[in-house]
Amino acid sequence: MRLITIFISGLVFGIGIIVSGMVNPAKVIGFLDIFGAWDPSLAFVMIGAISVTMVGYKLVLKRDVSLFNLKFSLPTNTDLDRKLIIGAVLFGIGWGLVGVCPGPAVVGFLVAPKPLGLFLVSMLVSMALARRYMDRVR
Amino acid sequence: MNDYLIALLGGGLIGLASVILMASQGAVMGISGIVSRAISRPTSVTAWRLVFIAGVLAAPIVYSLFANNFIALEITENSVLLVIAGLFVGVGTVIGNGCTSGHGVCGLSRLSARSMVATITFMLTAVLTVAAVNYLSGVN
Repeated sequence: MRLITIFISGLVFGIGIIVSGMVNPAKVIGFLDIFGAWDPSLAFVMIGAISVTMVGYKLVLKRDVSLFNLKFSLPTNTDLDRKLIIGAVLFGIGWGLVGVCPGPAVVGFLVAPKPLGLFLVSMLVSMALARRYMDRVR
Repeated sequence: MNDYLIALLGGGLIGLASVILMASQGAVMGISGIVSRAISRPTSVTAWRLVFIAGVLAAPIVYSLFANNFIALEITENSVLLVIAGLFVGVGTVIGNGCTSGHGVCGLSRLSARSMVATITFMLTAVLTVAAVNYLSGVN
């Protein structure tokens, strides 16, 4: 039952990415192109997502454990350190280069397997290497 | 329906998904973290992550069954650019501990200062990258 709920969560996320237009890299680039032909519509995706999450989290986190009796695991790190900034800068460069971030890449994979497959394989390899490196420096 | 309302509705669904995941698994919906942990530590603890990814992969199939408009997806076919972008995104999300969904949606909803800083940083960097690419390719 828990896994079915999680599958539905993934499904709803994916449909949200499709409906909102986030799945389309050209639209994402249009949103990021504020000095050019700016398309501000994707800002409303953030507004919609954040308002629902904010209210929903408040309600859900009133409980002590999840509906399936699991502990809530929320990030506890509060350091505004160099890693956070460097990581965000690198992520921003990659995102801006082709207009793809991890969620939409997985959502769109079956629609455009060749370009998104290349992106995803490269992303997965670099994630694995970065994770190994981070484990070593820690 | 107009573009803004559709974007708002789509965003609402993304938010709903994050609430469902928190209510069931008790976890934050950060796609980069879910994907990278699913591949790096394939144990029984990661099973839920694989199930979540399966749901995400199934979305375009389910969407196509019910909607009669097709999924628009315009993306560069430049392989080198795609690989470079993937490298940056992969390394960046691991070092910075999150992407658009984790920091941008779940983190901002919890008013996390880390996520606020990360989101502003990657938005600015992405805006500058798009401007630079346009400038170099002579679009603007």
